[in-house]
This record gives sequence, structure tokens and C-alpha cells, in this order.
Amino acid sequence: MSRIAGVFAYLRSQSRAALIPFVEAFDPDRDTSLALLTGMAANGADIIEIGVPFTDPMADGPIIQAAGRRALNAGASLRGVLGIVREFRKGNDKTPLVLMGYLNPILSYGVAAFAHDAAQAGVDGLIVVDLPTEEADLLLPDAAAHGLDFIRLIAPTTSDERLPKVLAGSSGFVYYVSITGITGTRTASADDLARDIPRIRRVTDLPIAVGFGVRTPEQAATVAKYADAAIVASVLIEKLTNSDVATVLADVAALASGIRHAVKAAA
Amino acid sequence: MNEILKNSLRSGPDGRGRFGEFGGRFVAETLMPLILELETAYEAAKADPSFQAEIDYYLKHYVGRPSALWFAERLTRHLGGAKVYFKRDELNHTGAHKINNCIGQILLAKRMGKTRIIAETGAGQHGVATATVCALFGLPCTIYMGAVDVERQKPNVFRMKLLGAEIVPVKSGAGTLKDAMNDAMRDWVANVQDTFYIIGTAAGPHPYPAMVRDFQCVIGEETRWQLQEAEGRLPDVCIAAIGGGSNAIGLFHPFLDDASVRLVGVEAAGHGLDSGEHAASLSRGRPGVLHGNRTYLLQNDDGQILEAHSISAGLDYPGIGPEHSWLHDIGRVEYVSITDDEALAAFQLCTRTEGIIPALEPAHALAYVMKLAPTLPVDKIIVMNLCGRGDKDIFTVAEHLGFKL
Repeated sequence: MSRIAGVFAYLRSQSRAALIPFVEAFDPDRDTSLALLTGMAANGADIIEIGVPFTDPMADGPIIQAAGRRALNAGASLRGVLGIVREFRKGNDKTPLVLMGYLNPILSYGVAAFAHDAAQAGVDGLIVVDLPTEEADLLLPDAAAHGLDFIRLIAPTTSDERLPKVLAGSSGFVYYVSITGITGTRTASADDLARDIPRIRRVTDLPIAVGFGVRTPEQAATVAKYADAAIVASVLIEKLTNSDVATVLADVAALASGIRHAVKAAA
Repeated sequence: MNEILKNSLRSGPDGRGRFGEFGGRFVAETLMPLILELETAYEAAKADPSFQAEIDYYLKHYVGRPSALWFAERLTRHLGGAKVYFKRDELNHTGAHKINNCIGQILLAKRMGKTRIIAETGAGQHGVATATVCALFGLPCTIYMGAVDVERQKPNVFRMKLLGAEIVPVKSGAGTLKDAMNDAMRDWVANVQDTFYIIGTAAGPHPYPAMVRDFQCVIGEETRWQLQEAEGRLPDVCIAAIGGGSNAIGLFHPFLDDASVRLVGVEAAGHGLDSGEHAASLSRGRPGVLHGNRTYLLQNDDGQILEAHSISAGLDYPGIGPEHSWLHDIGRVEYVSITDDEALAAFQLCTRTEGIIPALEPAHALAYVMKLAPTLPVDKIIVMNLCGRGDKDIFTVAEHLGFKL
């Protein structure tokens, strides 16, 4: 069983959802990212998503765009991100790590070499924003060969008819982009989630994570009521920009507590 | 796959929107259903004769097509070699080839029931053309333009405002065309229900490269019959400047299967190909994925996209349309490059010998004509796409020539 599947199996036995905080690698530098990863794991993060900086992050809002720029200025590269993962794994063999980014750095690295090196470094899953199912054969075979979970994005615009096609070959969990828009802008309401999540459940047994616009412990709890995981990104980056690692970790602890007290909606 | 494929270079893209290994649809899932909807709508429109009839009506009576094919006699004598013809797309309404595509796309947007238009622009030519058709059809329009370009293209910014467009200066990245395109796509993701994105060049996710090409092919089709009328034969060489490559593909595509016609695309070499400050994606880039398509890109070893440079804001883009990448790899089209200084010299020569102030984009094509024509015999014929007029560039040129306006 993959690390990700293991975490969700355990959480199911505990009847609670997962908290997946986000770290933009190298924002503002390598050491801060490592401190965040280690600290988040110790403060209630069940899985951690690592943003791989890219010059042209088309699905991201201003906050993650700015984080990516700071990271690139600090010397971020895909190779460097794998280095951070290797370092983190020296002290933590338990917390799943998912890389989220755009296709071009992976193509530039070489798809087969990347899948091999990522798995070796201790990466568990991949989310490639600009790789829709129509183009997935570019990466899916190599990811599968190296045991990397291939996590697909589902959007409110994805029709019922299209859902099974998008989810073909996916594993780990499903990432539900809960709004039509970019990261860190609007927030989906409880009613939206009550309508949307069952639509996805009908076609997959994979856990469903909700991202884009989840900011507060209350929102995380709302997500936890309907879905299996809440992904929190922009608000943590914002906090890091305005304060320090300790404050971000306190927020992660608060989000984790919000998730733990959430009441599951009747299935 | 029992389908019999025509032995033609004009049959692309394939069902996945690819020209060889280039093109495709590399967009986030939120946009994917829209891209597919657009493809279906475009295929239906293409099959409907009334759609083409509508385009033809606007091209003739509003844009002013066909554009003239002008024998540049004084320039020909000056260069002392092949005969040089200009395909004068700078005479179109709004002063460039961009309007050909905007007419096609806005008519498609109307067919699809979309009520809001967005576009990106670099030099502002596509922005002006988009704002123009939006005024004509009474649709609200938002134009994304890099903050740096807003500064250096003030006359076009004002034109767009007069036409009723909202201009959003984009500050991310280097504040140029690439960044404007990122923000236009972000707008589209957030407004999927009512918004149509009019992409200005033959790039982006499928079906844009094919669709924009189809709308620009009127350039090459007219050239074909006009030169037949004037000279009774095909051209020997067709030359066009390349940023994203829409004016070039529009001229080249109708000639792809005519093996005797040499096709030359001219990239912007900026301060020189080895200066690190250029926009020559084919000469100095390598294949990658950006803005929805796989194509040649200027990028570093880590796959991060590099900033392009050209004196011409319309060529200042680190990528190129995917069909050009394919035509480059199969060798059907030659791709060469011209520096800022060479383009400036051509700009002045054209102005003085032909009484035509060209945009800096076709000045690049002309600079290559100046190199090539003298090497060819006098019975050879070159057609160059004079795809835009230079009014927008007089401030830039004045600055480089040391004039204070």
C-alpha cells in the first residue's frame, strides 16, 4: 500500500478527514521550506503538498505567483525540490509528500528520469496542473512504473460524463478544485460541496480532497464534513510572508484541530 | 485507423490537435471542457457555409479585403535582384493582419452565445483589433497587456480605451506578452460560463493554432490569385516575420504543398542570437510546454521560461505557434533571424523607397528580403507579408534614431 493510501485507510478507521497543507518549495529559501515541512508534519499535517516553482503558473492566483517568484529568485529548481524531499525523508518516513506543479520543468528534466528520481527521493504523488487526461499518456506510464500516485484534478466544469475519463489511471486521491477560478480567491460554500462531492463519489472509491479557497479552520471543518481532505495553501503562504515559520505552524495546528472536530455528513 | 490520409502538409493537426509532436491541449481541467466545446463549435461553424459567408462579408466591407499585392519597384531596383512584392495587410482596418482573426473569432463567439470577450496583447495591435470588433458587435471586452507594454505602446492603449475596452496592466513576470497571456487564461478560468478568449496568434491549446491559422489563410489565398493575375505564376519565395507566427502561417499555409515555393520565417534576434537578448525560439530554444501547447520555447536548463527581447513588442514572445515548430523540424519552412538594428535599417529603407512606414514586425521580414533579393536572379519573385503599419512604432524608432518627439 502506498503511503498516501495508508494514511487515508488509517483516517477512515478514525472517521476523520485529512489536512493537507501546502509549502511552496524555496519560498523564501530552502531552509525555511525544510523547517515548514518538518514542523507541519509535527503539527497535524496528514499529507503535505509541495509546490514546485514555475515561471508561468497559469492556474495560480497572485499569492502563489509571488511565492514562486521569490522561490525562483532563491535558486529553486525541480532538482533542488527533490533535494529538499530527500533531506526531509531522513527524519520522516511516514508523512506522504505530493509534488504539485506544471509540466515543463518535468519535460525538461526528462519524464522517465524524473519519475525515477522523484520516487527515489521519497515523493509519493504528483499533481501536474497543465496535464489534462487528454495528454496524460506523457507521464502516466512512468509515474506508475515508479509507484508514484497520479493525482487528477476535477473541476466544477468537469461533466458527469467526463468524470470517469479524467479519473482513468488516477490513484492516491482526487483533487477537487472547488471553484472555477485560480488559487486563493473564491471559496466554495457548504451547499456547493454538498452538491459536488457526491457527484464525484459516484464514479470513484478514491478519497476526495478539496482545494482552492480553503482558508480557515471553520472552512476546513466544512470541507471535512463532505470530503476526505482539505488542502490549504494561499493563506499559509500569506502568513509566512507577513510573519514567521512558528506562526504558520500554529495556523496548521489550528486547521488540524478544526478538521479533527468536524462532524461527518451522513453518506 | 483505416482512414486514407491525403498526401498533404496542409491536413494537420491530427485528432489530438498535434502537428507532429507539437501542439496539443495542455490546460488545467477547469478549462478542458471549454476547449472541447470550442473545438466542437468551430468544427460545426466550418461546416456551415453561412459562417464563411459572414466572415467574407465583414472581411470585404469592414476590413477592406482583399489587401493589395504591391510590386515594390523602387525597392526591387535598389536591391538589384529578385522582384519584390508586398502583401499589404497593413492596409486592413486597424492597420495589421490581426483583424482577420478577430472577425472570425468574434463571429464564432456570437454563434456560441458568449457575452464577454477577453484577449491578450503585446504591441497592442491584437488588442486594438479585438476592441474594434467588440465595439462593432457591442460586446464588453477586457484586454490584458503587460505593464511594460502599456508604457511603451501608449497610443494603442488609448485607442483601445476609446473603443470601450477595459485595459488590465499585468505586472507579474517581466510585464510583457507572456505575462498578459497568463493573466488572460486566469480570467478565463474564473469566468468560464460567459467568456470567449480571442487568442491573437496561432498558438495556445488546440483548436486555437488551427483556427487562427484558418482565419489568417486569407492572406496566402489572396496572394496566390493576385500573383497569378500579375505574373501568371507562383512566387519563388514567401517571407514573413514570426512572433507567435499568425501572419506567417497565414501566408505560408496555402503554399505548403507547392514544393517550388520557398518559405522563410524571420525570427527576432534582438541584440543578437548569442546576446541572450532575443526572441528566436526556433533558433535558440528547445521544445517544451507553455500556454497550452507543446512547441519550441526559450527556457533554461530547469524548464523555466526565459524572457524574450525584441525592439518589436509584437515579436517579444518566448514561444512560437506549434505548426511552425513542426514545419521547422520537417524542414519545409526555413527559419532565419534578424537583429533590432537590421530591422531599424529596413524600416527606414522601406519608408524612403516605397513611401510605406512598416511596423517593426514586418521590418524584420524586409531586412531578410534585403539580404536575399540581391542574391537571386531578376526573374525570381519574392512576396513579403507587410503585415502591419508602423504608426504605432514611430516613438520607438525616434528614440533609437536619437530624435525627440
